Amino acid sequence: MSEHALELSQISKEFGGRTVVDRVNLVVPKNQVVALVGESGSGKTTTGLMALRLIEPSAGRILLGGHDITSLRQRDLKPFRRQMQVVFQDSYASLDPMMTLGEIIAEPLAIHAIGTASERRDRARDWLQRVGLDGSYATRYPHELSGGQRQRVSVARALILGASVLVADEPTSALDVSVKAQIVNLLQGLQADMGLSMLFISHDLSVVRSLADQVVVMLRGRVVERGPTDRIFANAHHPYTRALLDAVPVIDPTARRRRTFLTAEEINANTPRFRPEDIEPQPLVDTADPQLVALAGSHFVEAIVTGGR
Amino acid sequence: MRLVEIEDLVVSFRQFEGLVQAVRGVSFDLQSGESLGIVGESGSGKSVTCSALLRLLREPPATITAKKLVLGGQDMLRADKRALASIRGRVAAMVFQDPMTSLDPVFTIGHQIVETIVAHKRASKKEALARAIALLKRVEIKNAEAVVRYYPHQLSGGMLQRVMIAMALSCEPAVLVADEPTTALDVTIQAQILQLIKDIQAETGMGLIMITHDLGVIAETVDRVVVMYGGRVMETGPVEAIFAAPLHPYTRALLASIPGQQPGKQRLTEIPGSSPNPANPPSGCPFHPRCPIAEDACRVTTPLLETKATGRAAACIRVPAERVAA
Ligand SMILES: Nc1ncnc2c1ncn2[C@@H]1O[C@H](COP(=O)(O)OP(=O)(O)OP(=O)(O)O)[C@@H](O)[C@H]1O
Ligand SMILES: Nc1ncnc2c1ncn2[C@@H]1O[C@H](COP(=O)(O)OP(=O)(O)OP(=O)(O)O)[C@@H](O)[C@H]1O
Ligand code: SF4
Ligand SMILES: [Mg+2]
Ligand SMILES: [Mg+2]
Repeated sequence: MSEHALELSQISKEFGGRTVVDRVNLVVPKNQVVALVGESGSGKTTTGLMALRLIEPSAGRILLGGHDITSLRQRDLKPFRRQMQVVFQDSYASLDPMMTLGEIIAEPLAIHAIGTASERRDRARDWLQRVGLDGSYATRYPHELSGGQRQRVSVARALILGASVLVADEPTSALDVSVKAQIVNLLQGLQADMGLSMLFISHDLSVVRSLADQVVVMLRGRVVERGPTDRIFANAHHPYTRALLDAVPVIDPTARRRRTFLTAEEINANTPRFRPEDIEPQPLVDTADPQLVALAGSHFVEAIVTGGR
Repeated sequence: MRLVEIEDLVVSFRQFEGLVQAVRGVSFDLQSGESLGIVGESGSGKSVTCSALLRLLREPPATITAKKLVLGGQDMLRADKRALASIRGRVAAMVFQDPMTSLDPVFTIGHQIVETIVAHKRASKKEALARAIALLKRVEIKNAEAVVRYYPHQLSGGMLQRVMIAMALSCEPAVLVADEPTTALDVTIQAQILQLIKDIQAETGMGLIMITHDLGVIAETVDRVVVMYGGRVMETGPVEAIFAAPLHPYTRALLASIPGQQPGKQRLTEIPGSSPNPANPPSGCPFHPRCPIAEDACRVTTPLLETKATGRAAACIRVPAERVAA
């Protein structure tokens, strides 16, 4: 058995000749949360959906729990589908408007023929409560909910099967800080008690900091930096990652400032340059991804290595 | 000039199990050039309040009553269909929480922005398209010439959000109502969009009502804050005062739940207890089942929201009047 819940290797996606995900390598170790952050439009959602074969990659390999699922037919994917679930970024478009919330949440159980109809109903109500909604919401329809209520229904639906791998795309973006804490705590609990592994896509860096073991930063289809969460927050090397951390709004209205932003040219000009002998502890170039350079402590950054290897 | 006046707004939805009271007596106003932030619990009635202001809810199932519901000098409760159509877009434009509620999947982005511009401005399609492209660039969509030919499903979540903002700004509204406009944006693009809105406000005196759960964005952007819970306003005041000295127990609990203050993996602070069910709201103060300082009277008395000369108000029987006036 592999120690990785999910492994993407050299995965790419082209849409109409435009490369939107470019040779990305990404590993979610078992029982860990890996956060995928980065520029809007950089390919995070596309990467997450490729991991579950909800979008077909143009190139690269996908391993789920060590099994290569890259070219399995949809029919042969079904047993894997039960292990891997998704919370879509757009909960409005992803919930069937004709179904009640109870039916929506219980549907994955029905698809996999789990339990009797009344057991499924009970479990759906139980999950409604776990995401902070009254059981009476089971008979309501998606359009009768607030944005954050709808988002929590998507989370409940994704978790009800007890999946081992979850791709959660902005699952808390519509929640107030208290309800957000409740959902983040629920996910942390599932990670600890059920061994859930998760790819957590988010723009919310404070949640990323409290939840993720590792952070992967994307910019224009490429991974530009990745490493343990604490190292990324304390010691980011890539100019884009630094710009991102620097742009987080401060929760103090008396300390207003113009937030700084870097142009694409500035980011390119500031991409770290290393001579092999400068890289500590040893010049270790990630061969699978030639532009990622290893720093100390499992921390990688996209860099230009000058002066040969 | 006063752009928005809302007094005692009540919105209910007729439903299978009975009446859902989404908004239970909300009042606030907005001056030109001003930025008002609305924060509060998920399901507390923020979006419904703003949709009711623009009369965007389907009635029925919704029923709207208010002592005053005035937008750009027009009585929104009496305006007929034609008047409403001209108010929306020209006087006020809304950025919806879910972009796909207002974008049509079968038309290109360019087509949809052009239609909006042509409907509200005297412009040819060609001029409108040029304007659409210029606006998309202002919201940091770099390849705007290509993006106008895309369909909504070909854009990322944050690109759709920016298209919505561009569309709302395209009509140069007097009031921009933005419901969670930056949730799908990374913080660098978010900063640029918020700066763009501020620049437009400085140029044109546009008023802004922004709903957001991002308290950092609130701290950085707005002048005044309305805090909602259970369909009511719990507290309102200047942004500095709300953050420096929150008065209402709900506001205090909310600010105490802000995550990421300390490094490292950790459990986050939640407000104990569960949200009120709008189909069966608690009596008295809506926060009483979860309030750490609730007393017997809180279960029967509904606290009033009285604005003092300081611009502050807190709907809590245990907040002494002199603290609100301080
Ligand atoms: N079906 C599609 N056809 C064409 N282009 C697409 C399609 N889906 C996505 N794209 C393009 O791929 C790029 C990456 O999109 P993606 O949704 O993965 O970004 P993202 O990182 O999730 O952004 P956000 O943070 O804004 O959600 C965008 O430029 C988008 O326009
Ligand atoms: N069409 C509807 N029919 C019945 N109930 C509704 C309808 N629309 C909204 N509600 C209910 O009204 C309440 C207020 O909803 P609203 O969308 O205003 O919340 P919100 O404050 O915007 O929350 P969020 O932060 O989650 O977006 C919620 O409890 C919601 O379930
Ligand atoms: S009125 Fe009572 S229950 Fe409500 S916030 Fe004040 S003290 Fe708490
Ligand atoms: Mg996305
Ligand atoms: Mg809302």
